[in-house]
Amino acid sequence: MSTEVAEAGRAEAVRQVGRPADRFDAPEKVTGRAKYAAEFPYPDLAYAALVHSTVARGRITALDAGAARAVRGVIEVLTHENAPKMRPLSRLNLGSFVKGTNVDYLGTDQVHWNGQPIAVVVAETPEAARHAASLVRVTYEELPAKLDFAAEEPHAVPQKGNAIMRSAADKGDAHAALAAAPVKVDLRFTTPPQNHNAIEPHATTAFWQGDRLTVHDTTQSIAFLRKHLAMRFGVPERNVRVLAPFVGGGFGGKGMVWAGTLLAVLAARATGRPVRLALTRESVYHTVGGRTPTVQRVALGADRDGRLTALIHTSVARSGGMPGQVTAASRHLYAAETVHLRQSLVDLDLLPPTAMRAPGEAIGTFALEAAVDELAWELGVDPIELRMRNEPERDPLTGRAFSHRMLREAYALGAERFGWRERDPRPGAMRDGRWLVGMGVATAYHPSLIMPAAATVRLGADGTVLVRCGLHEIGVGAATAQAQIAADALGVPLESVRVEVGDSDLPAGPMAGGSAQTASAAAGVLAACDKLKRQVLALAGPPLRGRKPEEVQARDGGLHVGGSGMTYAEILAGAGRDHVEAAVKAGWARFLARTARDGRRWVRAASGAQFCEVRVDADTGEVRVSRWLGVFDVGRVVNAKTAASQLRGGIVMGIGLALSEQTLVDPRTGRVVNPSLAEYHVPVHADIPRIDVHYLDDPDPTTPLGLLGVGEVGITGVAAAVANAVRHATGRRVLDLPITLDKLL
Amino acid sequence: MGVTQIRMKVNGVTESLDVEPWASLLDTLRERLGLTGTKKGCDQGACGACTVLADGVRINACLALAVQYDGSEITTVEGVDHPLQQAFVRHDGFQCGYCTPGQICSAIGMLAEHAAGMPSAVGASGLTEDEIRERMSGNLCRCGAYNGILDAIKEVL
Amino acid sequence: MRPFAYVRAADVDEAVRAVAGEPGAKFLGGGTNLVDLMREGIERPATVVDVTALPLAAVDDLPDGGLRIGALVRNSALAADPRVHARYPMVSQALLAGASPQLRNMATVGGNLLQRTRCPYFYDAAAACNKREPGAGCDALGGFTRGHAILGVSESCIAAHPSDLCVALAALDAVVEVRGVGGTRRIPMAEFHRLPGDTPHVETALAPDELVTAVELPAVPVAARSRYRKVRDRASYAFALVSVAAALEVRDGVVADVRLALGGVGAKPWRARAAEELLAGGPADEDAFARAAEAELEPATVRPGNAFKTRLARATIVATLRELSG
Ligand SMILES: Cc1cc2nc3c(=O)[nH]c(=O)nc-3n(C[C@H](O)[C@H](O)[C@H](O)COP(=O)(O)OP(=O)(O)OC[C@H]3O[C@@H](n4cnc5c(N)ncnc54)[C@H](O)[C@@H]3O)c2cc1C
Ligand code: SF4
Ligand code: FES
Ligand code: FES
Repeated sequence: MSTEVAEAGRAEAVRQVGRPADRFDAPEKVTGRAKYAAEFPYPDLAYAALVHSTVARGRITALDAGAARAVRGVIEVLTHENAPKMRPLSRLNLGSFVKGTNVDYLGTDQVHWNGQPIAVVVAETPEAARHAASLVRVTYEELPAKLDFAAEEPHAVPQKGNAIMRSAADKGDAHAALAAAPVKVDLRFTTPPQNHNAIEPHATTAFWQGDRLTVHDTTQSIAFLRKHLAMRFGVPERNVRVLAPFVGGGFGGKGMVWAGTLLAVLAARATGRPVRLALTRESVYHTVGGRTPTVQRVALGADRDGRLTALIHTSVARSGGMPGQVTAASRHLYAAETVHLRQSLVDLDLLPPTAMRAPGEAIGTFALEAAVDELAWELGVDPIELRMRNEPERDPLTGRAFSHRMLREAYALGAERFGWRERDPRPGAMRDGRWLVGMGVATAYHPSLIMPAAATVRLGADGTVLVRCGLHEIGVGAATAQAQIAADALGVPLESVRVEVGDSDLPAGPMAGGSAQTASAAAGVLAACDKLKRQVLALAGPPLRGRKPEEVQARDGGLHVGGSGMTYAEILAGAGRDHVEAAVKAGWARFLARTARDGRRWVRAASGAQFCEVRVDADTGEVRVSRWLGVFDVGRVVNAKTAASQLRGGIVMGIGLALSEQTLVDPRTGRVVNPSLAEYHVPVHADIPRIDVHYLDDPDPTTPLGLLGVGEVGITGVAAAVANAVRHATGRRVLDLPITLDKLL
Repeated sequence: MGVTQIRMKVNGVTESLDVEPWASLLDTLRERLGLTGTKKGCDQGACGACTVLADGVRINACLALAVQYDGSEITTVEGVDHPLQQAFVRHDGFQCGYCTPGQICSAIGMLAEHAAGMPSAVGASGLTEDEIRERMSGNLCRCGAYNGILDAIKEVL
Repeated sequence: MRPFAYVRAADVDEAVRAVAGEPGAKFLGGGTNLVDLMREGIERPATVVDVTALPLAAVDDLPDGGLRIGALVRNSALAADPRVHARYPMVSQALLAGASPQLRNMATVGGNLLQRTRCPYFYDAAAACNKREPGAGCDALGGFTRGHAILGVSESCIAAHPSDLCVALAALDAVVEVRGVGGTRRIPMAEFHRLPGDTPHVETALAPDELVTAVELPAVPVAARSRYRKVRDRASYAFALVSVAAALEVRDGVVADVRLALGGVGAKPWRARAAEELLAGGPADEDAFARAAEAELEPATVRPGNAFKTRLARATIVATLRELSG
């Protein structure tokens, strides 16, 4: 991605980019025509269901599938005794990057967590499969297991860092500075395990024709899933087709390859039938990792003016899966004189955790931003003012430049819009009948990342444009955003752009993660549009012949120089072409080199200011969020409508994180006790007030089109803003999420 | 324990089906009739993604046995043609779209309930925002599109 | 779900006979609890007798000013009935605080009375549960108990009764009318649900063949001024941590009549008689409310996970009575 293209894209991005265009796929979604992974019909389709272990660690000594096999309609019961073997993971294969766990499902008699799939029933109907699965009888030799996070936490070991995710930092002697600080807070926070709970449970429909495999899957990483399946089933990558035109929410939970996908493919291979494995909600909890629990310490020392002299942030999380960046925000948010950051991990015999919306940052900002608020109480300083006093000019640890930093603007605008001045700073002073009213703020922060993405752009003789990129439509409006970008880059109306996504036969898109999909694809699409324009220009006759690309503008459905130009249709007709197509490839080597280079030059992130008002029932401690405002610096906004929805969605999930969400893992057995949407409380309509979202909408100068990513920054800071508002309403500082009413009684 | 023959009018079309008594209305719609617009989010009555209208009344099809609805008229999202659908598009009342058919059927049922005088726990007189939120609380949206859904419903009041 | 035979009963006697003749047969109302538990493999009836076609879906006036509610009246229909609204607001409010609108449209009064606990260990076939399997042990003891009861529990079982409606019915001295092969019986609400003792699998006074046909609400003038307050982990669509059904009449600063029952804290819908006795004839002030609440909660057996419920119940009782006395 050259900067010229970014500049050119920027100059032209005046018409579609930024508009609140309706989603392209909206009509399909409101009529029920949109088809998800479990909804593709196949003649002769068989249905699968999982049998889960009921011990945490052990060896299967006997497995009796007799009763299950006797159920009418059962085709096969696959166990470690009879299932075909999958190939092992290979460290050299990029597909291994998306392994959810290291367990060789049905290839071993070993049980590594309570709930691990140990058999698969395939039957003619979903009911028969599920009923038969409940009849499989298993005996185990149980082994000792480490199951209690709280008990193991003292034995944590340092987390390994890498170039993108760092896990430790020191600047000066923070411990000494803390000891010497005239004003300080030193707090211990805990956050519980959580589950994504996308409303669409994970599902796979798998179909083998000889050595060719077609898979409809609920995946956030089509290209990696294809590699992974090719590796595990020993077929060439080109033989595997992954289709995922619509995914019913992911939030990180569909980024890795989990048991359900592998076992559906295995069952299809073993039975020679197309197989659908739509996980029950319970099976999702037992087979798909969630957010790690953490214990965090944040200690802040300050002088009497509130200038930070020490910032210590340490975290303990669970190992396995994607290591989160719990202390990421603490690296970049405050100009502290000394800093000490450490992340460590504990090993447990539980299903490994995985990325869940802003892994690390969502919970790390809770601890950091609650501690900063507490320091403001100690100092008697307004919490916004305290943040402004410590707002750094350059990255505090490295001295590098911020590619973009608008927190001052975000807080100023937010304070005005939210009516921050009306806040009576005394705790419990704002009361409305039975409700104690409180207002809190916190900073949102999420590093921004751009991943490799391939794309092709094809211009038809009629002037229509087809963008092809293996993007994931998990609810972000991926196709719409890229169409807006391509429309501007080529100077065509939005209606004439079509975008194909969700298919591994398309050029490989980025995975939908790290808030990077739109920006990454934008880089690919812009580069392809640029290439396409050059190709078209080379075909053009007068008045364009001989013009340099830099002189030419794409607008009004064609290329123009000054007042004269030609439509694309004219150019293609003149050249006797029915289409022109340009492709860009995804280069991983280039990606790594660029990421490393950019990391040395800039610190780049999306950020924002979260404003929250809560009402706490004076008798019962029930907390209701009554108002919300977020002001975000996400660089340029591609689609004002869908971006707002994503930011709101992050805030809604953050409210759940703050107040009600918690996966209960029984420390005696390692079993999830509430694997149900009735007992795991995600926010309902009645929990969510109006959420005002404002963008600063100022393009980042260092990314294609100036995008910084909107998918995750919305959830960051939310739990802290709620906790801080609760502190204001009640005078109580809650350190342990979720802030349930018992903690306020 | 064989099959039972039932007749249902689904989206205006009379269907005669042999169903096993343990087949849910939801699985019958999705797997037998190919009406996959109605979604399965939990199969536990806890999310509302499976909401359909049975004789005009919103229910959760996952906890309904198909045999119990012999003789009923079922409306799924595929049979809905309502201004709400466009309002959902305009106000971005969804992201992934998986809860959307349930939200739409639920909202239609909710409007009818309100018109018929059904109270709610909020106890306001008109369909205030709080009333709509409470009355729509049987439909989870993990993407968090609640603001858009609220605005869409308000638009069609 | 285990395969089963399905019978749709056309009249009450047929329904009763169908269940009486089949060990392990179950009545099916709206299905919102039974179908869920069957799918989880917790309930495994060989025959299911659908009673929703029975002519028991009416709410009728009783001569004394009470109401007779057919067992098949849907929860939503009952909540909307203007007579219920006027005479027993706590019943309407309790219903509207329960489950979701869709579930209330399906759920029947009879099924609501017989819904089973939401104890998560009861729901997990891999856990030990005396209620599911007498003598197996109870994994809730020493486990997560946030949703569990503190009153009326035993060492065998600490499950809470989940119903909101039943709490209001308990406060109102409702009478449950049931029909079995042996004829019709009337069971006072206080005797309908059983405490776990060492037989937590026996949950009600019903014989297996007995069908709930109606619930009668006697005339309770004080109930016209009543309230159901439910406290839970989100604003809607969640079971109660604590709930309070209360009716209160204050004359000249003195409690003239009071009804009080609790949900979320009891092994069964909990009529707070000790509190009522303390309140009756006494002052209607904050102190009296608090003393009454404390007296009721005095015998509570708490565990680390649900110890907060005593404080929460006390606070909710006081707040609800305060609201009614104001
Ligand atoms: C997600 C979810 C949330 C919920 N939240 C709440 C809540 O907040 N508050 C609350 O109170 N409830 C709640 N419920 C429970 C709901 O109220 C009950 O499931 C419902 O009332 C049961 O009624 P039903 O007619 O569907 O019973 P069914 O499921 O049909 O039957 C339940 C039981 O009653 C028996 N039965 C049914 N009818 C009769 C009869 N006439 N005579 C004898 N036995 C009979 C059945 O055999 C079965 O054992 C919730 C349920 C779900 C799924
Ligand atoms: S509390 Fe009761 S229902 Fe729950 S596990 Fe123990 S015995 Fe079973
Ligand atoms: S699928 Fe029916 S309520 Fe969730
Ligand atoms: S739109 Fe995704 S769950 Fe509602």
